[in-house]
Amino acid sequence: METIMSVTELATTSIMPRSRIIGAYLEEARSECLRYMRAPGFMLPIMLFPAMFYLLFGVLMAKSNGVDAARYLLASYGMFGVMSPGLFGFGVSLALERDGGLLTFKRALPMPPGAYLLGKMLMAMAAATVVILLLLVMALLLGHVTLSLTQAGALLLTGMLGVLPFCALGMFVGTLIKGQGAPGMLQLIYLPMSFMSGLWFPLPMLPKFLQQIAPVWPSYHLDQLALAAVGMRQGTLLPHVLTLFGFTVVFLLLAARRLRRYG
Amino acid sequence: MTHAHDPIARLDGAVKRYGTLTALDGADLRLQRGELLALLGPNGAGKTTAIGLLLGLIRADAGTVELFGQDPQLIEARRRIGVMLQNAELPATLRVGELLRLTASYYPAPRSLADTAELAGIGDLLKRPYAKLSGGQQRRVQFALALCGRPELLFLDEPTVGMDIEARQKLWVAIRQLLAEGCAVLLTTHYLEEAEALADRVCVMAHGRMIHEGTVDELRARVAMKRIRCLSVLPADTVRGWPEVSEVRRDGERLHIGTAEAEVVVRRLLDTDRHLRELEVHRAGLAEAFTELTRDADEASDTNQREAA
Repeated sequence: METIMSVTELATTSIMPRSRIIGAYLEEARSECLRYMRAPGFMLPIMLFPAMFYLLFGVLMAKSNGVDAARYLLASYGMFGVMSPGLFGFGVSLALERDGGLLTFKRALPMPPGAYLLGKMLMAMAAATVVILLLLVMALLLGHVTLSLTQAGALLLTGMLGVLPFCALGMFVGTLIKGQGAPGMLQLIYLPMSFMSGLWFPLPMLPKFLQQIAPVWPSYHLDQLALAAVGMRQGTLLPHVLTLFGFTVVFLLLAARRLRRYG
Repeated sequence: MTHAHDPIARLDGAVKRYGTLTALDGADLRLQRGELLALLGPNGAGKTTAIGLLLGLIRADAGTVELFGQDPQLIEARRRIGVMLQNAELPATLRVGELLRLTASYYPAPRSLADTAELAGIGDLLKRPYAKLSGGQQRRVQFALALCGRPELLFLDEPTVGMDIEARQKLWVAIRQLLAEGCAVLLTTHYLEEAEALADRVCVMAHGRMIHEGTVDELRARVAMKRIRCLSVLPADTVRGWPEVSEVRRDGERLHIGTAEAEVVVRRLLDTDRHLRELEVHRAGLAEAFTELTRDADEASDTNQREAA
């Protein structure tokens, strides 16, 4: 008798309908987006740096080089802007939350598995979208770049998905370093990597050696896709897509392994 | 299959090592439905490790860890618990209402926002960003997050640290209300009066083991010592000479006497000093019992180490 009672009790208390589980994922994503959109310390640098660079080099100084320069730099600075919500939104927040006990608290709660990471991923995608939209508006209004709707859409999509490899990299770094050390470490990755993959100045303007090793960086491959999206590059894109995909999977697995082992 | 009398949380010979340090050394713990068990012990006794095991945050190296008869790492088991940890920095820019809404979304049948807010006494804070709250208010919000999922078992790790007396007593009222609803509570605290006020049972830990488990009265009874205080002209040395007296201290006119046989000593005091006034006899408090227990455990552990060396 007792057994029957407690079994039904179990059924009412710990079985979760699918709709509520999906609801939990959505709540997590919504909260992540809200909390970072409200944090100027996070959103402002992410938006200002690419916007300032683009205004300076893409709009003001590119006037003499013609509209193509503004178009080319829209893609490059766009991808420069996309990298940071991935690296910082994911990496820094993970490092801080491991340090501050929030991750421990969430692991103790019955949060659906993966909701935490998925929420951060969607937040990074949303921030990347904002950055690309900002640059698109500047390019169209100030840089007098003409883009077809398809091209603008392709660039936006490249940015939204292109943030993912950097989420994976940021997550890995976030599992290596705890707390306040992470931002510095990520800057050391972010700035040199974007420079060396030709996001600040076009690759042909860089030393030969840097041109040769550029395919090592994921940002190089992302830039190639973005250039193709705005019509500045022809040729097959599949190798770049596959490289980025592989990069994402490898760092995601490495990070997940470290998180499981060390928390 | 869980029976109603099966423990809802259980440690059985749980061992957890961090490198050469043994944090838990065969810890046993049983928590029954609807009871409040206070887990006491000095820092480093293994309380946090014991809780970490029961929450599924870490895995035991040996022994059994169960939550509702299941592995705590299963989400189904954790859907029946609420958690308040000692230090968790919650998202600063989210409002209290949003934090509650998020946490409630993890549970199958959570309380309504209004119910949770009323029970935790945070109705006036719902619209405020978490970072703008005082330390005590943040603790109350964390308590609200712990109870919002209508848990059957609540883990409260030092819940009243940083609270003033009034806030602390309000929290005690809320905890009693949850107990009355049938929710069990595992409480760790440094405030012995908190354990005294709330606990059905206390479990004292030292050196990674449970060294005492029982009711608050049983714990007190382990210490036979009683305290006598009075205003008397008797010299402390005279009283110290009596065989039943274990310690004497004079504080101005007042004598403080420690003894296992209060009745004998009081009779003698009254016989010897006819002008004795303001006589008080106290049983040892939980604090004294606790100190004595852990001191014994420390000595035992030291002896073991010497024998091993």
